[in-house]
Amino acid sequence: MLLARIVGTVVATRKDPRLEGKKLLICRQVDPDGNDEKGYLIAVDTVDAGFREKVLIVQGSSARMAQGCKDTPVDAAIVGIVDQVAQD
Amino acid sequence: MYLGKVIGRVVSTVKDASLEGRKLLLIRRLPNGPAVIAVDAVGAGAGETVYVCRGREAAFAFKPQEVSTEASVVAIVDTIEREL
Repeated sequence: MLLARIVGTVVATRKDPRLEGKKLLICRQVDPDGNDEKGYLIAVDTVDAGFREKVLIVQGSSARMAQGCKDTPVDAAIVGIVDQVAQD
Repeated sequence: MYLGKVIGRVVSTVKDASLEGRKLLLIRRLPNGPAVIAVDAVGAGAGETVYVCRGREAAFAFKPQEVSTEASVVAIVDTIEREL
């Protein structure tokens, strides 16, 4: 699972029917301090996250276990909105 | 599977229903890897060296519940023995 912040949205009209009604967000991976890391990914939103929010992303086949993603062609899903990252 | 050190916690209020009540730990992959977030399955705490399972199998630690995770802490390491 990784930390990311939402930097944009993706709009697609023609898509797999199982993706209909799902929000696709552009996410930039961040480190625990909130600094941007290299690369970005597109993830399906399952928790109603919004622009600039820090989120928790699950990748791979486990993403299909997120709510409403069962049997869908999804390999990255947003499963949580991060309130706080506490470092020891 | 790999070894990691618990370096912090992540707090999230709005999250997937399957993650409710689960502890999210910030793990530094040993020796100097990136920080990842893993769901705790064994009650690990700050500063402990742990064993992290990743991929689809990570969710098996919580069977029969289907938890949406791709990294889980599945063991707390007591000792490591190795030859150089």
